[in-house]
Amino acid sequence: MFDTITDAFQKALQLIFSGDPEVFATALRSIYVAGAGTLLACIWSIPIAVLLGLYSFRGKWLIKSLFNAMLGVPTVALGLILVMFLSRSGPAGFLHLLYTTNGIALGQALLVTPIIVSYTSSALSATDVQLRDLAKTLGASHLQTNIAILREAMWATVLSLISAFNRGFGELGIALMVGGNIAYMTRVLTTSISLEATKGEYAFAVALAIVLLVMVVAITVFVNLVERLRE
Amino acid sequence: MIMVHDPTQELKFLQDGYGVNRKVIAYNYFVLVGPNDDPAGIEGLRPLDAFRKIKEYGDAGNAIWVSRGDGSGTHAKETRLWTAAGYNSTELSKLSWYWERGAGMTDTLKMADEKDGYTLADLASYLNNMKTGNINMKIVVEASEEFLNVYSVIANNPQHSNLTAANFDASMKYIEYVTSEEGQQLFAEFGIADFGKAMFNPYIKLLNSGSDPDLVQTIQEYAYFDGSECPEAYRYQAGNLYG
Repeated sequence: MFDTITDAFQKALQLIFSGDPEVFATALRSIYVAGAGTLLACIWSIPIAVLLGLYSFRGKWLIKSLFNAMLGVPTVALGLILVMFLSRSGPAGFLHLLYTTNGIALGQALLVTPIIVSYTSSALSATDVQLRDLAKTLGASHLQTNIAILREAMWATVLSLISAFNRGFGELGIALMVGGNIAYMTRVLTTSISLEATKGEYAFAVALAIVLLVMVVAITVFVNLVERLRE
Repeated sequence: MIMVHDPTQELKFLQDGYGVNRKVIAYNYFVLVGPNDDPAGIEGLRPLDAFRKIKEYGDAGNAIWVSRGDGSGTHAKETRLWTAAGYNSTELSKLSWYWERGAGMTDTLKMADEKDGYTLADLASYLNNMKTGNINMKIVVEASEEFLNVYSVIANNPQHSNLTAANFDASMKYIEYVTSEEGQQLFAEFGIADFGKAMFNPYIKLLNSGSDPDLVQTIQEYAYFDGSECPEAYRYQAGNLYG
């Protein structure tokens, strides 16, 4: 087995530096679905986060708890439900999203919604306490106060989006079930790793896993670097 | 012990020293399945003509082929059929109508059903998925020589350093059983109660009965290596497995 591991690392390096076009395309597909999914999720997640973070209303704790609980939703469960909805005989079959990259993006948008909502709303309410009093003392209006809070919590929001992106980028269940892992069409890094491992191509599977890890680490380090420079 | 259906890979498995004492035990036929309205109109065609017509309709945007694409025995068969029809399946997989699935038979059938595509399936998986209502498709080309599917058993080679922990004696007992009269009878009957027809045909029974020498010859040409189901070099403590 040790030979397999060393082989795998050699193969990974070859794969990365040879610029294999299909590996490149697969990685791009992973970035596309996770990126599109995160952006799509923003459309509804940010307003919900603002509502939960800056406003008080009855039952707010319950909604917050529900979003927190859904942080760990199993991707296979979500994938399975989506397949039932999106298949031809299902209620959303008319969208023709099953076995498409956009279908995966939709699934990942739902997957990362609790991440964006929970992290961003927590950041907003934490900022809220400190800043609201200060803003009021300085004579700011209600709207001006909220804008100041949003600006202050911007960085936490960006970090929640990065977490969301990484969650989508590294998940397998939705990509496999909704996308169908079709070569040249819906195959992404995680589904490719899973397939190569099933075929017994461990070296290639590990090589792809290394590509996946390197990309996740690179994105996160880059974002943190931007934060350091900003400060 | 493995039970498999891909002679080319089986020979490699023996040559690489992983297996010994191969026995051909059963056969059946792959089926080409497709949507009930058969948009490419391939019902009744000869197998290779059917593949050519799927390509033609696929190129025109009127048919989808769903491939197993997982390196399985069924995938190997598909690949050989495309080659025999005059195409390279690796090249085909880059075309928009050729969907390389990379998954098991049920997943592949499900996708073909969902997208009105065609696919190659083993009879047992097709009938099983029809019975459970998982798919609603029909067989468009069936049981012909080109679609022959031959199953073998191979024992783990106890001399291989990776396989010393595997139970060779138990493997041999299993092989003796599936090649015995009682074991062969299981193949002859399995599926009749549920599907009205047998899923597999017992090969050794066919061989011993002498009822269809042409079919025996076809199977041997397909699944034997240099005229033997298991050349001497790949036998180990085989007892009277080879008579």
